[in-house]
Amino acid sequence: MATHSTAIKGVTERATYTGLMGWITTVDHKRIGILYGCTAMFFFLVGGLEATVVRMQLYSPGMDLVSPGMYNSLFTMHALTMIFLAIMPLGAAFFNFIIPLQIGARDVAFPRLNAFSYWVFLFGALILNGGWLFNTLPNVGWFAYAPLTATEYSGAGTDFFICGLQVLGVSSLAAACNFIVTILNMRAPGMTLMRMPVFTWMTLIISLLLVFAFPVLTVGLIELMFMRFYEMPFFNSNQGGDPILWQHLFWIFGHPEVYILILPAMGIISDIIPTFARKPLFGYGFVVGSGVAIAFLSFAVWAHHMFTTGLSALAVSVFSGATMLIAIPTGVKVLNWMATLWGGSLDLRTPMLWSIGFIATFVVGGLSGVMHASPPVDTQQQDTYFIVAHIHYVLFGGSIMGIFAGIYYWFPKVTGRMMNETLGKWHFWLSFIGMNVTFGPMHIVGILGMPRRIYTYPSGMGWDFLNQIETIGVFIIIAGMLFFLQNAFRSWKNGEIAGDDPWDGRTLEWTIPSPPPEYNFATIPVVHSREPLWDSKHPELGDHLPSVTGASDDVDTESIHMPNASYWPAITAIGVGLGAALLMVNPILSISGVIISIVGVYAWSFEPAAPEGH
Amino acid sequence: MQDIEVEHQESTDHANTLGVDMRKFLMWVFLGSDCLFFGAFIATYLLYRNSSIVGPYPHEILDIPVTSASTFILLTSSLAMVLSLAAFQRGNTSAARFWLFATAFLGSTFLGFQVFEFYHFAHEGLTPKTNLFGATFFTLTGFHGAHVALGVIWLFSLLGVSYTRGIPPEKSMNVELAGLYWHFVDIVWVVIFTVIYLLSSLPPSS
Repeated sequence: MATHSTAIKGVTERATYTGLMGWITTVDHKRIGILYGCTAMFFFLVGGLEATVVRMQLYSPGMDLVSPGMYNSLFTMHALTMIFLAIMPLGAAFFNFIIPLQIGARDVAFPRLNAFSYWVFLFGALILNGGWLFNTLPNVGWFAYAPLTATEYSGAGTDFFICGLQVLGVSSLAAACNFIVTILNMRAPGMTLMRMPVFTWMTLIISLLLVFAFPVLTVGLIELMFMRFYEMPFFNSNQGGDPILWQHLFWIFGHPEVYILILPAMGIISDIIPTFARKPLFGYGFVVGSGVAIAFLSFAVWAHHMFTTGLSALAVSVFSGATMLIAIPTGVKVLNWMATLWGGSLDLRTPMLWSIGFIATFVVGGLSGVMHASPPVDTQQQDTYFIVAHIHYVLFGGSIMGIFAGIYYWFPKVTGRMMNETLGKWHFWLSFIGMNVTFGPMHIVGILGMPRRIYTYPSGMGWDFLNQIETIGVFIIIAGMLFFLQNAFRSWKNGEIAGDDPWDGRTLEWTIPSPPPEYNFATIPVVHSREPLWDSKHPELGDHLPSVTGASDDVDTESIHMPNASYWPAITAIGVGLGAALLMVNPILSISGVIISIVGVYAWSFEPAAPEGH
Repeated sequence: MQDIEVEHQESTDHANTLGVDMRKFLMWVFLGSDCLFFGAFIATYLLYRNSSIVGPYPHEILDIPVTSASTFILLTSSLAMVLSLAAFQRGNTSAARFWLFATAFLGSTFLGFQVFEFYHFAHEGLTPKTNLFGATFFTLTGFHGAHVALGVIWLFSLLGVSYTRGIPPEKSMNVELAGLYWHFVDIVWVVIFTVIYLLSSLPPSS
């Protein structure tokens, strides 16, 4: 009956496309999540390759594999790629795919805005990497300190840095606004804030951090751009400007950014550990509250990146104290994960291994982080390999481990097929060992005084052997990645069929088929507890009402109201990307990008978001 | 944070947990973000307030009476915006269009003052390249002006829509969103007027 509804006057057919056009015009959060994930995984490999060349150059003293200039570009691009094009979008891939499923929604609040975020991200990533085509890569470090970024000292690479990050900022802001509204306003009936899965909570917190942190970087980049393009004296000390202002603006963004990178991983393992320990998360309220506390404090600690710039003693003391304070909620989380493991019936399958690996290595990185909170210690360690060791223990040992835990955990939901356990365990152990072999010795060479960002070093400093070990570690990580890639490609098509609930899950995403139908839930579930699926499987454990799940067959799925596909988000994003890219050539030309965006926004506003008349 | 529990719903439409319109919520979140955008520019301005090493300096060039007039015009436009939205919500289309036009017109007048001011300053030798005051003044007020210009385009677009497709009371949210944005831009100007113009009458601190 419903299939003939087009015959009724005033009812329009839903706009859909197939093939490549289907991906370009998709507004389905699940497909957008897959687009984010595949793009980010590509850039993760690119960033890894850049790091491999860096490590090969440092294998022994006096190597000349790459020129000093190229070396500067490589470590700059490695950091920018990993932070903005790999870890953040991998997080976004999970937000997109998982959040609507965890809160019992059919899509995000603004499906077309969501598609727009992805396409803008893609064009931002291309602009940031545009320097490869012109052989002028960003080479000023990912934090691009003034006055090194002035036109006297750096070339067009810095322009690619500015325009690329501005465009990526548009993407992050649009996505973050979208997810705040989605999480707060589209929860299934009964899902109060304190019944949300921890991953959903962390996504909400990250989105708030993005909304408040990114505009500050945007302003810093605008000022930097105006200084470079139009000779405005913003960070120019000859005209009274203060180069340290850039550092403040950058780190007011930069430190919340650190939590934007780590909180997705913390959310992921907070969902995985209870599933594989077969116990509810210990101290749910404290884990959530700690996340909120971290978010607040993250805006009050930025100057600990600047202890050596000559801040006043009072400022140093306050920022040092606040930084030590932030270790408390972080420690609370770690202890809660441990307490969840304690006494659980542990099932050490691949997602759980990655989660436990996360706890182990993240604690190491967290402890070296607390050391930096002490200004005298920090002054000693500033710009040495000790800092490099710290950030890689929290970003590789933390964020990346958590992200791989999430990939192994949700891969069956995304593809409908299981990943291979044996290959997964090879991947885990090689990565875990390789990671510690690579980054562990950096603590020691750092304390021995080896500065970071140098393209080579003399022999006889006591650094040679440790540097060789570090470089060997990289190849262990690469071996692990080869197991992962083989596993992912093989399992995508030929893995074991997963079924709805392969892990004996606890939350709503496991109540629906794998992969989920386009509308996710045939009927919107009603939630009566924090772990609705677990409680409905185990009525003997509590007095909760069983949850209504979306798997019922008697629902006419043809009648479910789904949004139209649209190519306007992609076209508007092309306008944004083109406008930013042409800004580097001539501001007049970039008006063409603005015009495309304006046309896109108008067409977007006036096209129907969903078929009319239903 | 408090929660409004929604009872079991049979409808297949999306839940609306907080009972707030999705687009209105989105606009509030965006405006929260925009606060930090202007906040960072204002912080830059304040940091560099006494840092210019060549003139013209703020107290030599800013004209508080003229800008007070343009400020009054911009704030009046907020009143017109309120009256326009109220008329749309009542379904009084002709009054709504009149006040919508008045809002956009007053906003355009404000922009006219700003163009005049920029032109005048350039004539007096103050450009964004001249000194730190020029750089911070033109970027802060310039980005505010860009926000106003975007708002004016939005308001005129709504006026066009009200003539072609019509904006009945049940679609007045389309106007309310523009209104939220418009009031925000006005409030930001109150801060900018205080920080740039009124503070310039104080003697420079050492």
